[in-house]
Amino acid sequence: MSAGKPIATLREATGIPTGKLAVWWLLASEIVIFGGVLASYLMFRVRHPEFGEFAAHTDPRIGALNTWVLLTSSLCAVLAHNAAEMGDGKKAAKLLWMTVGLGGCFLMIKSYEWSVEIGHGYTITANAFWSFYYTAAGIHASHVIAGMCVMAWVATYAARNAELQRVELVGIYWHFVDLVWIFLFPLLYIAK
Amino acid sequence: MSGHEDHSAQYKKIYFILLGLFAISVAGPFVAEFMPEGKGRLWLVLITAFGIAFVKAYLVAAKFMHLDVEKPIVHWFLVTALVFMVLFFAGTAPDVIKDDGVNWVRTAEIEWHQTSEAYRAKHGEGGHHGEDAGHGDEAKSDDHAKPEGDGH
Repeated sequence: MSAGKPIATLREATGIPTGKLAVWWLLASEIVIFGGVLASYLMFRVRHPEFGEFAAHTDPRIGALNTWVLLTSSLCAVLAHNAAEMGDGKKAAKLLWMTVGLGGCFLMIKSYEWSVEIGHGYTITANAFWSFYYTAAGIHASHVIAGMCVMAWVATYAARNAELQRVELVGIYWHFVDLVWIFLFPLLYIAK
Repeated sequence: MSGHEDHSAQYKKIYFILLGLFAISVAGPFVAEFMPEGKGRLWLVLITAFGIAFVKAYLVAAKFMHLDVEKPIVHWFLVTALVFMVLFFAGTAPDVIKDDGVNWVRTAEIEWHQTSEAYRAKHGEGGHHGEDAGHGDEAKSDDHAKPEGDGH
């Protein structure tokens, strides 16, 4: 055991590194958070057929563009993990910064989309559909921001070939954020 | 960490498969808009938009998050969380989706709903209070009455 490292960093009682185990625990709790919102939305969508009329005011072209942005960012994240596994910290850092950049693109597109919708009067208090829309997409966007911050922090270490195991951990989180969007896209933009 | 095999080609292949599936999930509902209303249209949207979303989610989880090679304990974490989500849905959905049930009727909601165009189009001009019989029968004989002892 090296001095200076917390015991929890090195202990692997389950056969999984503790950091990775923590990320999976975090994601299990995230499933309940996003699952609760999405399950509630589904109930109300079934109950209120008029939700389809409101969903017709969302722009599927913007939703589709953001889906492509997030899928591409996931590719960058997994390639960063691959580079870290090969010991190439500089390449991993570069790919992580690309992922952060794509996360920024996602947020800018979302900001534009929301400004247009709010300009048309579709605010969070307009009706139940728009409440769900802004709540679900807002929680998701806050996770994108959190992921970008952590990824930028991990990238600064990776650039010095340090703590490369963290590249995989932040990548797992990022893929989960992408995965949530895979379901949000058809629910909020396609089902009319 | 060095000495690890380069899997970048495999990841790129998965990415292009995901893009192909994404294209289908956008094209399917677009094509459905030109189809007449009915079950065929509904199924096309459900399969292309939601069915493919599950396939994409599987690919991301298995190949990018490496769940296909992850230890079983991680699968148990995730399955437990998913089971709680399904329990939440199953426990609360009937209260939201249905107008009435055993010993309960949502009078105010029914009245509000009957003013909705979409609701009338679905259930007919006279409105609708659900099909179930059971203990709520006497409530159904009077549109807005609650059965005795109903706590709602």
